[in-house]
Amino acid sequence: MAFREYKIGARMFAVCLGGSMIITLLFPSITVAKSTSSDVALDKSFYAGHESGFSLEDPFLLGWNKPLKVTLKVDPKTQQPMEQKTVYVYQPGTSFPASIIHPRIFGKGIEELSLQQGRVGEAKRESGAVFGFAKGAFEGQEYSYVENLTATKGWAPADVMRVAKDEDVLHAGAGKTMFVREGCWWCHTMLPEETQDWQVFGAPPMLGDFNAESPTAFGSDRKGPDLLHVGSRNSSREWMMLHFFNPRLVQPHSIMPRFDYLWGEKDANGQKIDFDKWRAEYIEYRDGKRVNPPEVPAYGKDSEIRYLIDWIMSLK
Amino acid sequence: MLKYLFAKNEDIPAGSSALFFGFSAIVWFVIGTGLGSFNAAKLAFPDFVTGNEFFAFGHMRQVHVMAVIFGWISLAFAMAMMYITPALGNTKLWSEKLGLWNCMLWNVGLTLALTLLWAGVSSGREYSDFPWPIDLYIAFCIFIPLGVNVWMTVINRRTQGIYTTNWFFAAATFLVIIVFLVGNAPEFFHLTGLTEAYLTWWFAHNVLGLWITPVAAAIAYYTIPKITGNPLYSHRIGHLHFWSIVVFYSTPAAHHLMSAPLPEWLKSFASVEGVLILVPAIAFVSNILLTMQGKWHMFVENLETRFTITGILMAIPLNMQGGFQQTRAINWYVHATGWMVAHAHLALLGFSTFLEVAAVYFGMQTILKRKLYSLALGNIHFWLLLIGFTTYWVSMTIAGLIQGAGKIYEVPYIDVVIVEHPYMIARWLGGTMVFTGNVLWLYNMWMTAREGTVIPEGRMAHELAYER
Repeated sequence: MAFREYKIGARMFAVCLGGSMIITLLFPSITVAKSTSSDVALDKSFYAGHESGFSLEDPFLLGWNKPLKVTLKVDPKTQQPMEQKTVYVYQPGTSFPASIIHPRIFGKGIEELSLQQGRVGEAKRESGAVFGFAKGAFEGQEYSYVENLTATKGWAPADVMRVAKDEDVLHAGAGKTMFVREGCWWCHTMLPEETQDWQVFGAPPMLGDFNAESPTAFGSDRKGPDLLHVGSRNSSREWMMLHFFNPRLVQPHSIMPRFDYLWGEKDANGQKIDFDKWRAEYIEYRDGKRVNPPEVPAYGKDSEIRYLIDWIMSLK
Repeated sequence: MLKYLFAKNEDIPAGSSALFFGFSAIVWFVIGTGLGSFNAAKLAFPDFVTGNEFFAFGHMRQVHVMAVIFGWISLAFAMAMMYITPALGNTKLWSEKLGLWNCMLWNVGLTLALTLLWAGVSSGREYSDFPWPIDLYIAFCIFIPLGVNVWMTVINRRTQGIYTTNWFFAAATFLVIIVFLVGNAPEFFHLTGLTEAYLTWWFAHNVLGLWITPVAAAIAYYTIPKITGNPLYSHRIGHLHFWSIVVFYSTPAAHHLMSAPLPEWLKSFASVEGVLILVPAIAFVSNILLTMQGKWHMFVENLETRFTITGILMAIPLNMQGGFQQTRAINWYVHATGWMVAHAHLALLGFSTFLEVAAVYFGMQTILKRKLYSLALGNIHFWLLLIGFTTYWVSMTIAGLIQGAGKIYEVPYIDVVIVEHPYMIARWLGGTMVFTGNVLWLYNMWMTAREGTVIPEGRMAHELAYER
């Protein structure tokens, strides 16, 4: 490389590439870092937990190391009925969302309120924590901030789970992991576009709607409807159950794959599911030899399909 | 291959690593397009092979994409680098042994990575789906050894200057390492939110723009002058191509997220830079087509030239689409529709693959010193690839335009699905033709290695193509 031309070329290369990196990496990151978490982002990041894709804590994307979203109707300390409150239960050992680890991600006002009023800095992964949201003012502006209920009210994760009924618990974090693992996002976007599109699929997301979420999994290749607000359009678990087991049961023209394997071995009553029999009977139904399709087995409460539907129900 | 892994570098015949890279590339091409065809069948007939998560569309789609990008295309690039870089430096490859180890590590790593991906072990980020330990493996065990071999061969050249192809090879191997290490930063450092979304597309954009496009172009800068015997039309235009790739292709990543809430200045900037990608594109296409002056008969007669020039001609609609579909005026209509799928296949299966296929055909015959076993099979391969791809591209483009219309006129989505059904069948047929062509190619290449007519010293394979 003894040529002078190559020395000049190498320096020009560094300048060109460095310049393009500054414009395309440094500048946008400044704008994005200044964003403040919206209520949507707070909810999404706290039900999803630290990471919904691959992580060393959940290497096979089985829904490990994920929090629970619980609707509390009873005070976990006093056992007295109270006003309904949504809390996010991080059992001992569960990783916290990125915004608890680096509160700057919340954005300025929320960071201060969550640290000072919400005492999120005191949350310890080893002992677990229960988080909820509260409203507060910072420098004259109102924000939703995160409250570490374990510190402020003494609600330990075990206390909350003792008073919560199973139907009040959403495995939304594990469900989002199912969404990533099963590749739902290869056909369903999570991004209504800023054109007429949003009139069908709901409002497009805003700048602060993603803080601490990972992965965002927008999707780029739509072969089915957008799902960002699907829980608002259709909140029937029954419909979802039929649709996941075999989409052709509720929508004869659907090209969605069957997700019957997410039911696992057993149904809600602990009976072994006979998939071969079901499929044979379904073919009879499809060919007009049966009037009704075979009954879809009810899913077990710890089945992967329950996690996935729990998550879909949180997509408001 | 195994016996050479522990041999002395001097004892390894020149071209060995290119040969193994070449065969690996073809095998991955067969696997990748086979998966593509299978996936397409599932879109046309959703109950085709059902009830098993390992044959579910969502588990296989990304394996197809990664197998063709990091299996077929990147391995064919490595093959081309292993024989073209030394040829243009009038020297030997710096280390055949490193090349063979690189090929072995590549195949083993990619097999492992795709198996994990198939099982659903994914980062959930499009094009950077591999979990971060695999990304590190790809950077350090695949691209860095490849780069070292290329750079050292260029440095140890016995020519005074460096030919266009070798600038591109040396720069692109460097750039792809940077792209892997920066683009996967969200996984290494757990960056979240819009930063993650943006860097996902920064990676996806740059792996195409700074790796696949320039290396494919570099291959054509070698094969066309070499096979036709014409010197490259203009080195100055080559300079323009190279520098405009570095400046214009490295900047428009945000145009993949035109409807996401990224900063507006970034989207506008990316959109303008996206149109400027036409500068390197036009420079490249015109440079190669002008190099063909007086040798256009070879477009018909010579298999490698036909593949390359067809690829170059496909770069014209590719870049016209690419330059303008990302502007706001058009993007709102076609974003996230089958149009984009067609465009992606035009880039990777149309433009890029046709150039690499030519380089692999040419390189294999040169290294093996054997004439292609069957020119007829080669021609069938070409037509299966071209007709299969065209069927795919036309059907997906129409499907995408219908989908776009459905999107803006707020048609219930299921009606779009119904109307797209015939195009999904066409897509599957096209993909299956490509797959069939590649199976024939693998057979043809294998038989070339075993039974191809030996090329006499000092002759080139294509000169003998029509001799018996």
